Amino acid sequence: MQSTISSRLMMGLAQAGIAAAASMVVVLLARRRNIHFESELFIALVRGLAQIVAVGSVLVLLLRGPKWTSGILLVAMMLAAASTSSRRAKIPGAFQVSLYAIFAGAGSVIALMTSARVIDSAITALVPVGSMLVANAMNTNSLALNRFKADVQSHVGQIESALALGAGAEQTVTPYVEASFRASLIPAIDSLRSLGIVWIPGLMAGMVLSGAPPLYSAIYQFVVLAMIFASSGLTSLISTTLIRKHAFSAAEQLVLRPELPAH
Amino acid sequence: MNHDGHVQPPSIVLRTEHLSRRVNGRLIVDDVSFEVGHGDILAVVGPSGAGKSSLLRLLNRLDEPTSGTYFVEGREFRDFAPRELRRRVGMVMQSAYLFSGSVADNLRFGPRQRGEILTDVVIADLLAEVGLPDFASRAVENLSGGEAQRISLARALANSPVVLLADEPTSALDEEAKRGIERLIVDVVRQHGLTCVIVTHDTAQAGRIANRVLLMETGKLKRIGPTEEVLSAEHN
Repeated sequence: MQSTISSRLMMGLAQAGIAAAASMVVVLLARRRNIHFESELFIALVRGLAQIVAVGSVLVLLLRGPKWTSGILLVAMMLAAASTSSRRAKIPGAFQVSLYAIFAGAGSVIALMTSARVIDSAITALVPVGSMLVANAMNTNSLALNRFKADVQSHVGQIESALALGAGAEQTVTPYVEASFRASLIPAIDSLRSLGIVWIPGLMAGMVLSGAPPLYSAIYQFVVLAMIFASSGLTSLISTTLIRKHAFSAAEQLVLRPELPAH
Repeated sequence: MNHDGHVQPPSIVLRTEHLSRRVNGRLIVDDVSFEVGHGDILAVVGPSGAGKSSLLRLLNRLDEPTSGTYFVEGREFRDFAPRELRRRVGMVMQSAYLFSGSVADNLRFGPRQRGEILTDVVIADLLAEVGLPDFASRAVENLSGGEAQRISLARALANSPVVLLADEPTSALDEEAKRGIERLIVDVVRQHGLTCVIVTHDTAQAGRIANRVLLMETGKLKRIGPTEEVLSAEHN
């Protein structure tokens, strides 16, 4: 038994190595075009592996614990998601915005769906499904904030022209809020659109392998993707609404400007 | 001249007191104090990086002064809501930055912020004033650089400002369009009874349109006075 576990662990690590190598090939191809993200990817790969192994180990312990532990786990995940998302955005106030958006977006959908029994309240179901919603909400939030920042910084002239004419600060960025919201939901919409045609998600495969009826597994996979869309959409809607005011000072001056080179 | 035969100084519309702005530890506007009277056209000149545009941005409150203050018609700038201050102190930028849509949409933009809808007659008058009659329904994408800058000026005028700020409004234009905008600025300042502060790196342009010149260097006010006096002192 012990030797089976260790041989599977070794096999898992070997598979992780091969998958990571495939990622590094992309880095090498990008290097040829002078795009460098070697260290970023390396850190992300090591960190991702360490985190998932740690969480996997904790999960093994928690699966035997009381139900409320899943709530603590999901809250911790949402905190980590807000932190990750805001670090990438580099917008003043982004952590607070991300926290509110992910808690309200992913948190409310998880709570609602669990109370409606769409998500099983057992830790073995709630934590993995909930984490999917949180992770996707985080990605959507990052996309929305990054797009917003890029759009605002590339339209400083238009925004300040509108301000100079007496327009309300938040009104001047309305087109970029809308564009950010739309762009952030492209992955979630494409996932729904291509479900079963381009990809068969792991959750469905796992359910079938563990003996669930294939048709029910397929429908539940759709349920999960629809929940992902709902939580991601709500997260993006909230974060793009809240982030607007952080682009301006109290005197309605645009502060989210491209950084000036140091003199 | 008043009834005693004394020349009355022009009423001061814009006054700055020790206005400064520090960015990343560097003073980009350094203790600048000056006054601009009703009907004056003050050209702010100086080398690149002198702080000319930074000074102008403070006057429209697009940036906040680090210290010092300024007054518009005797009221400190902080006494105005930012939107109201920006309506009174209109600004034309280096690029026109017209909003997508028609010329009329652009002219209506400012007044609409206060719930005012400009009539077609008012729009036609504004367009005639900037030399572009019958342009109301044109899409802004089809305008030349000079036409766009004229529309930008008309858009600022639609807000009925008391002060007009212009930040290098002709720097992206050819010589003919540039001269046209210069004449237009002089005309509208006169017709609307405005006070104008125009930033330019071109001292010849300052000589053509301004009655007073403010020379800046490394954020500081180096000299201010009648145009000929400041420019000739600079050339000597």
